[in-house]
Amino acid sequence: MTDVADLLERQSIVELPARARCQALLDSAGQRELLGPFERLRSPWLPKQDIVTQADDGVVIMRGTLGGQAVVMAAVEPAFQGGSMGEVGGAKIAGALACALADAENGTPVVPILLLETGGVRLQEANCGLAAIAEIHDLIVALRAYVPVIGVVTGPVGCFGGMSIAAGLCSELIVTREARLGLNGPQVIEQEAGVDEFDSRDRPMIWSLLGGEQRVTTGLAEHRVADDIAALRRLLGERVKADVQTPARLAATERFENLLAAIDPAAKATGESTREQFAATGATS
Amino acid sequence: MQTLSLEYTAGAPAAQRALAGVVGSGDLEVLLEPGVSGQTTVAIATSVDGVDEIWKAVIDRIFTEEGLAAYKVEINDFGATPAVVRLRIAQAMEQTTGDAAHD
Repeated sequence: MTDVADLLERQSIVELPARARCQALLDSAGQRELLGPFERLRSPWLPKQDIVTQADDGVVIMRGTLGGQAVVMAAVEPAFQGGSMGEVGGAKIAGALACALADAENGTPVVPILLLETGGVRLQEANCGLAAIAEIHDLIVALRAYVPVIGVVTGPVGCFGGMSIAAGLCSELIVTREARLGLNGPQVIEQEAGVDEFDSRDRPMIWSLLGGEQRVTTGLAEHRVADDIAALRRLLGERVKADVQTPARLAATERFENLLAAIDPAAKATGESTREQFAATGATS
Repeated sequence: MQTLSLEYTAGAPAAQRALAGVVGSGDLEVLLEPGVSGQTTVAIATSVDGVDEIWKAVIDRIFTEEGLAAYKVEINDFGATPAVVRLRIAQAMEQTTGDAAHD
């Protein structure tokens, strides 16, 4: 049974735009947005293709503290162009991570937190967006030696494409039940492999395979959290102070290779069969 | 995409800048900044072509009101209805007066 009073008191993360997510998650004192909307660092590519831009290119970077720990939060706006990563938005995240790396090297660690609500690269910006995503990957790996790099996927968009690799590279990944995580999104798989392979309208099937619950059960994400700002804030407050560790999913290359070898691509995967295969090959942490 | 520029007579420059909304389906982003004394300018970029008269009517009703501060307004629209346009501009204006801060 759902506790109605609890549900009414909760403040949803999924329903908030990117900037409000940062403002709600960081300690209220000392928040400072970097390269905010009034800097007007917008996409140079979208107007050439007759598409309206957003003044912050759909990425919010905010410095501040979380439970007293210095953090830099990067949030992708899910409503703008499907949370896609363009050249400018991607460069903003890469720049924030580069600053965090310089801080870590100078002995003043700032923990990066990435709120990844993104369909991946912005197709209209193609290679420019992909180049930025590659820089983000590189910096996450470099940062992991100094600080925990924390990824959060809450929904509604989920995290796909090159940015799902960024999520996979994070030291810790936090997801909600509403989150989805996958290299290709449902519509892309259906378009490429056919509706028999993957029906992008079958929501229970999609969440059973790509959903947050499944990703935690199979060890591809570390923490599950309710769609609740207070709960996520509590969890982040604890994780930003945790020791730097390489998560099991990044150390388990051989086990994942065994898992891939054991999978029969002709057999139709279900949530349950996938969980069994992960458990059988010991790929679940 | 279509762009429009509108101008109105206004009072003293607004006290501060403010932002409301996002460029998402059925929504729009409004950026308000202090304008030059006596004049409000509104620059609109919209994904919907051929509705300039509706935009002019909606924006006229807001900025021809007496006693308003001078704003430099930028609107990035992704198919918002007139009601949403009015609400987002009102939300941003409320923030420039410092009475409340919403998102």
